[in-house]
Parts: sequence; structure tokens; C-alpha cells
Amino acid sequence: MKPAPFAYHRATSIEDAIAQLNDDETIARPLAGGQSLVPMLNLRLAPVQKLVDLGRIETLRRVDEQAGRIAYGALLPHAAFEDGRVPDGSNGLMSFIGGQIAYRAVRTRGTIGGALALADPAADWLTTVIALDGQVVLVGPRGRRSLAAADFVTGPYMTALDQAELLESVVIPRRAKTERWGHYKVTRKTGEYADSMAIALFDPDARKARIVVGAVNGAPIVLTKTALEIGEGANEERLQAAIGQELAESDRAFSPAKLKLHVTAALRAIRKAGLS
Amino acid sequence: MKTEITLTINGKQRKALVEPRQSLADLLREDMRLTATHLGCEHGVCGACTILLNGEPARACIALAITLDGSEVRTLEGLQDDPLMGVLKQSFHEEHGLQCGFCTPGMLISSHDLLQRKKGLDEEQIRVAMSGNLCRCTGYQGIVRSIKAAADKWAEKMTASEEVAS
Repeated sequence: MKPAPFAYHRATSIEDAIAQLNDDETIARPLAGGQSLVPMLNLRLAPVQKLVDLGRIETLRRVDEQAGRIAYGALLPHAAFEDGRVPDGSNGLMSFIGGQIAYRAVRTRGTIGGALALADPAADWLTTVIALDGQVVLVGPRGRRSLAAADFVTGPYMTALDQAELLESVVIPRRAKTERWGHYKVTRKTGEYADSMAIALFDPDARKARIVVGAVNGAPIVLTKTALEIGEGANEERLQAAIGQELAESDRAFSPAKLKLHVTAALRAIRKAGLS
Repeated sequence: MKTEITLTINGKQRKALVEPRQSLADLLREDMRLTATHLGCEHGVCGACTILLNGEPARACIALAITLDGSEVRTLEGLQDDPLMGVLKQSFHEEHGLQCGFCTPGMLISSHDLLQRKKGLDEEQIRVAMSGNLCRCTGYQGIVRSIKAAADKWAEKMTASEEVAS
């Protein structure tokens, strides 16, 4: 046995899980798919005295489809997106992302909500959900609240989650059918965490673009100025300069090599969206 | 404190007393004496412990047994009479798909799942799909060749049985 001993509680409902987590005396953590938390327990990197298992809370696997948006339960595994077992309003981007996270044996267990709540800067859903202008619904001792995904993540492994608060669902607005997407990820090995990743969205009808760069030592960076340049039909040279400038102006203090890597990823995502 | 759980392992219902921190891999190897499931990295990277959990591939080293009460687990031992697994094993034998054999159970479970889900795979797609299983002996060439050969043989078998059926 690798992890240090801990207590275990199988939550029967969201309310039960919150009550179990709302405990000042013990370090309690919620368990979703366990594909990041259990390795960290095995390596004894994550201090946990009580594990609150969310796995049996069926409401966390629900999909709520509305005219303008789709809400995905936090416990839906990456493979459900990969296999198209959940409805899609992202012109296939979410299914593509679900299919290239880690490996199949991890995707069957790892969940979208767990990945977002961990907020690993290099993980795939974080950048994706922010690119798609998604929201997260949080539920805790003081009730429910909804936050833009971009405001939810506050830094590397840091989120707006309060004590005993859970990420309940991820709400993605249905994207315009005319919108195209491009994705580019730099990794040393297939399935590894990204060294850089970028997603570009462009709706030629509305001339509206959105570019997000992830794996940037913190929350993904939304390149708003670059997106405006795209809308104005800037050429690749101008875009490259705009991306470089916008990333350099961020507070992340990228090394020259890292900056080049992120510019390249962003530019290639833009190219894949068929923009230049 | 130990808790009793019930699992269906390779088709048989088994009860086990587990500590919360006990992994499914340790339960299989130490309590059930099913040692085809190998443990390499024990943090979900190497793929040697890949098993089928409710029909889908999963890492047994990062699945806590206590969370799986009521689940169905299948290990390599439980695929002994599976026809596709037979084809895969034969191909691994013929194409040098293994050397020391440590990664082989995980390779077989992952490729078995892959060939059931996807048809007509090329070498590149096999490489990407198998990237979650590490091998330190073969340089992967033999493994990719084995899976490709098994896929071809399996497709042939399937067509033949469809012809018989019609």
C-alpha cells in the first residue's frame, strides 16, 4: 500500500458530501475520478485525512440540454466526450479534447469536473472551457453560485472554490454553427501534460475570434487584442507580433524559449482554425 | 478500519476486506493472488496494471478498491478463453511483441480494448492509442507490429464468420 492511511466516506448526495467536507478538524478532500488525486496520494504529495467519494452521486453525471447551452455534470468522464455519449454544442471541439487527454485507461475514469477543480495549468479542459466561454456551477454550505470559468481559476492549482464547496457542473454555451476551431498542443510524449496548448475559435460570419493559451504557469491567458486583430483580418506576421506582445505583457515572466513556444502554439492553433 | 466490499472478478463474485488506502492492484495481487496485473510506477503512468473495470480499461494502481464496491473487474487471467485475446497473444509471440514480459499484461488489455473499439487502424493510430503503456525492452516496433497483425487477423476472422452467418 502506497498512500498514508486516511478515512473514507462514500457520499450519498451532494448535501452529504458538503457536510462531510465542511470540517475544520480534518483535512478532507473530495474524490472524483481519482486520476490525479490518487497518484498524489500514492506519492504522498497530497495530505488527506478523509476522502469523500463523490462517485455514487448520480446527479453529478447528469446532462442538462437547453436551447442556448449544455450543462455537463462534473463527474462525466473524458471518455464520454470522446465517444460522443454526451451532446455537443462546440462543433466537435469538446469531443476532440476528451479524446486526447492522457490515455484511454485514464479517460474512462478521469472527470471534467475533477480536472477543472484541480486546475493544473497544463491540463486540457481548463483552457478548453475558458476558450468556449464556459461557466462553472459551484455548490457549498452557503448554496449555489455560478462563475465564468475564466474567473474560477485564479492561479496554478488555485481556484475560487471555498471550503467544502464542490464543482457541480460545467455550462457551455452552444457555439455558432459557423464557428471554426483550431487546437495545438506541444507535448514531449503523446498523452503527457502540455508544455503549451492553444485553442483558437473564429466565426467568419460574425468576424469574431477568441484565442486562449494554456500551460502558462497559471490561469490560461485569453488573448483579447490578438482576437481583435483576427477580426480585422490581420496577416500572420501581424498576428505573430500581437501574440508575442500580449503574452509578454502578461504577468508571467516567460523565458524567451517559453515565449516562443507559446507564440508558436497560438499561431498554429490559429492556422488550424483556417485563419491564415 | 477495514470495510467489506463485493466485486465480480473474472466472472466470480468475491468478497474482500479492504483498507481505504488499498489499491485495486494490491487487492488483485495480494488478496486474490491474480498476479498477471503488474505494478510498475504505481502512479498511473506506465500502464502495466491496466485491467478492465466494468468493461472499460482502467489503471488498477490508482483505483481505490473501496470505491469500487459492486463493480465488475476483469484481469488478463479472466480473458484466457477470449478469442480476440487468443489472436493477440499469438501475434505478440510471432512478432516479438515482448521480451521480459513485464509490460505485456497491460499491453494485451489495452490493445484488446483498442481492437474492440476501433477498426482499420494504421501504425500511427496504434502508436498513439498505445502511448499509455510503457515498454523498456522492445523499442515498441514489435508491439506495434503485433497489434497490427492481430488487427488484420481479427478482421479476417470477423469477415469469415459474417460470411458463414449469411
